[in-house]
Amino acid sequence: MYDIAIIGAGVIGSMIARELSFYDISVCLVEKENDVATGATKANSAIVHAGFDAKVGTLKAKLNVRGSKLMPQIAESLGVKYINNGSLVVGFNEEDESTLGELLNRGNINGVEGLKILKRSEILKIEPNIGKDVTCALYAPTGAIICPYDLAVSAIGNAMDNGAELKCSFEVTEIEDKGDHYVIKSKDDRILSKYIVNCGGVYSDKIAGLVGDSSFKVHPRRGEYVLLDKESGGIVSHTIFATPGKMGKGILVSPTVDGNLLLGPTAIDIEDKDDKSTTCEFFASIYDIAERSVSNIPKNKTITSFCGLRSVGSTGDFIINSPKERYVNVAGIESPGLSASPAIAEYVCNLLSKIGLTLIRKEAPITTRKSMHAFREASVEEKNKMIRENPSYGKIICRCEGVTEGEILDAIRTQPRATDLDGVKRRTRSQMGRCQGGFCSPYIIELLSKELNLPYEKITKFGGQSYVVTGKTKEKKR
Amino acid sequence: MTELVIIGGGPAGMSSAISAYENGIRDILILERDDKLGGILRQCIHNGFGLHKFKEELTGPEYAYRYEKKVKELGISVKLNTMVLEITKNKKIIASNSEDGIFEIEAKAIILAMGCRERAKGALNIAGTRPAGIYSAGTAQKLVNMKGYMPGKEVVILGSGDIGLIMARRMTLEGANVKAVCELMPYSSGLARNIEQCLNDFNIPLKLSHTVVALHGKERLTGVTIAKVDENRKPIKESYELISCDTLLLSCGLIPENELTKRIGVEISPVTNGSVVDQNRETVIEGVFSCGNVLHVHDLVDYVSEEAEIAGKGASDYIKGVNNKTVNIPISTDGKIRYTVPQIITEKKDTALYFRTSNPYRNVNINVYANDKLALSRKKQRIAPSEMEILKIDSKILEGVSKIRLELEEL
Repeated sequence: MYDIAIIGAGVIGSMIARELSFYDISVCLVEKENDVATGATKANSAIVHAGFDAKVGTLKAKLNVRGSKLMPQIAESLGVKYINNGSLVVGFNEEDESTLGELLNRGNINGVEGLKILKRSEILKIEPNIGKDVTCALYAPTGAIICPYDLAVSAIGNAMDNGAELKCSFEVTEIEDKGDHYVIKSKDDRILSKYIVNCGGVYSDKIAGLVGDSSFKVHPRRGEYVLLDKESGGIVSHTIFATPGKMGKGILVSPTVDGNLLLGPTAIDIEDKDDKSTTCEFFASIYDIAERSVSNIPKNKTITSFCGLRSVGSTGDFIINSPKERYVNVAGIESPGLSASPAIAEYVCNLLSKIGLTLIRKEAPITTRKSMHAFREASVEEKNKMIRENPSYGKIICRCEGVTEGEILDAIRTQPRATDLDGVKRRTRSQMGRCQGGFCSPYIIELLSKELNLPYEKITKFGGQSYVVTGKTKEKKR
Repeated sequence: MTELVIIGGGPAGMSSAISAYENGIRDILILERDDKLGGILRQCIHNGFGLHKFKEELTGPEYAYRYEKKVKELGISVKLNTMVLEITKNKKIIASNSEDGIFEIEAKAIILAMGCRERAKGALNIAGTRPAGIYSAGTAQKLVNMKGYMPGKEVVILGSGDIGLIMARRMTLEGANVKAVCELMPYSSGLARNIEQCLNDFNIPLKLSHTVVALHGKERLTGVTIAKVDENRKPIKESYELISCDTLLLSCGLIPENELTKRIGVEISPVTNGSVVDQNRETVIEGVFSCGNVLHVHDLVDYVSEEAEIAGKGASDYIKGVNNKTVNIPISTDGKIRYTVPQIITEKKDTALYFRTSNPYRNVNINVYANDKLALSRKKQRIAPSEMEILKIDSKILEGVSKIRLELEEL
């Protein structure tokens, strides 16, 4: 019996698990996919928003501003790269300028520090590639970028170092309330837990339904992105948003912490909660839209595209409540969810304590974690020391991103363990460069096969039926 | 200090090393990232290699082995499993392997022979899902020929580059059903002999002016939507057709791997994506040479070896202090001819110009203009972008000349 079960191992579930793991309780995190951080967490804008966008007085506003303040410290503790690059919301006309004025006021009320409206001449000084029709911008010095799946994986790793458990491929199908605890079932497993925190992302309404709560709905809103080669990462240094409209913050152009350039997202409401497909319309328009904000985007440097699904809650705000005994919803966590995640974790702990969970801090909880990229970030001297101790750090497997065999083995051996190609990708950046795994994936499949003691044919791209090969050669035709 | 460091132990690297040795250089080091010499030839188990060079038909591994054997016989040093991380303008090389860790070598001359990579799916902006089962043709080739695994059973191939054509045959021979090869252009980018031997002989349809517009399937690929394209290469909506398949192979072009090269400020041609070089394959940085697929993508390995011999000789001369550079003659082209290698001539000697056209043509003259005067004209009945052409120009043509231009004249 666990004290707490968290359903959903995205960045929200992960950060809550980490926070709870500091207390003297047992925590279990269950995830329907083969790995953690595979939903919206792996496909979003990777931004820590300053907090001027959310409506005054909402949970979104409050938790965004608080989360953005907490983030640098947490990122440092977890060895996650965080770059305070600042952001610009650019405007093209007087109407935009007045919208930016409203944002400035809203930001000031929300408690965002340092906001300023810049004229074109001032923008050009800090961003020489700004779009030719940009007339003004709202500058937010506290805006930052981060790697969201690094944050989630590291937070879970930290929680597991403190004793939390993780069960992947555990899709919750039924929840039974036994009065003093819940029985949480998947199709072939079950766990018992006194409390439940529902962080089910786009499926959080379905999970709530399993305990009889139908007070909200969540629908998916598609966001498509393209990612450009590191050679183009230097086009801008700030995150460049367009003036927001009804559907969200519009198309942004942003460097990533790893030095790529990210364009997106679109915002299209859809029905299917699993439909993470990109569209022809997106490819036909994205570069032109991005080009309005930033000039000289080398579109022939695109290395990949992807789609994420935002969890849009029916209330318009984050839905964090306890509609039922020993049960908490953390739903509708769309943008600025990543930015707010440290504050959400704090808030949920308080809420759990209010509804009766006894939280006594462990005597010496582990609060820090070695960076997943410790080798990559080390000096040449340190690297050579590591190679002497473990020669596999000397052998480079992914040539585009310079990822070594040692780092890949670490990803497969360190909690939360990578068990598929995409899991290795997110933890190491292998397969993320310009050749997109063309050269290294056969080697990585081999390493996974050896480490997991599974035949080559059983290795998947991301669990389920996503097998990378269908069998051996020289087999008879079926 | 090492006299000559060669980055890459594929056909270009090995051939340039042997050539340098034969030109008197003894202090040579080849750095190879894989665990054996041979490069991509190791996975090219089909035949057709060596017809020009050895007047016989070899498989890729056989072709590579002839060079590997020679490298060993000559006692040329090789470091395997060694990845070059960085080169500097003053020819310092930083590399990494398990035994030496991260180490530095100073070189008198460097030959870049890193080869190329395949254009990946991400660069093609195909809409739809991102399931398993999408491979570049070369990755599939590695899985099948070196690891012994089948990437899938029901296959569609996008792009008719040579590796794609070879893999269409290979997958068929291994029992897979190759349903179609789609080529965006109205002509194939592969060799004519490969279309014949790899597609026609197996009744695999080649759909010219077709592309893949969408991918389907959540976990493993379940199908692709293909479409005919108009003359501007835009898909025609009415022609959309769903083909069910579990595998999509991509053979959509090769890109020279010049990330190291770019960082030291070598001028890169936007057409070849390789260095701009002179007739000795020397880049704009003295003592840094380039050859093979990192310089420009070849269709025949025989020409790679030939080009690498030139680079090996050039590097030897450089090391020995031989300098015959007396001129600086740029070579331009008319667009119908896409590019030439070399792009500059710095020595007055007989020079072979390697070039490709932008489109297939019939009955043309290739005209060489020296200072705007027609100096040489060569008739060709058939010429295609997929097949590299060679035109030898006599040193006499270069006398008193400040520029050379290659034009294609349609007859």
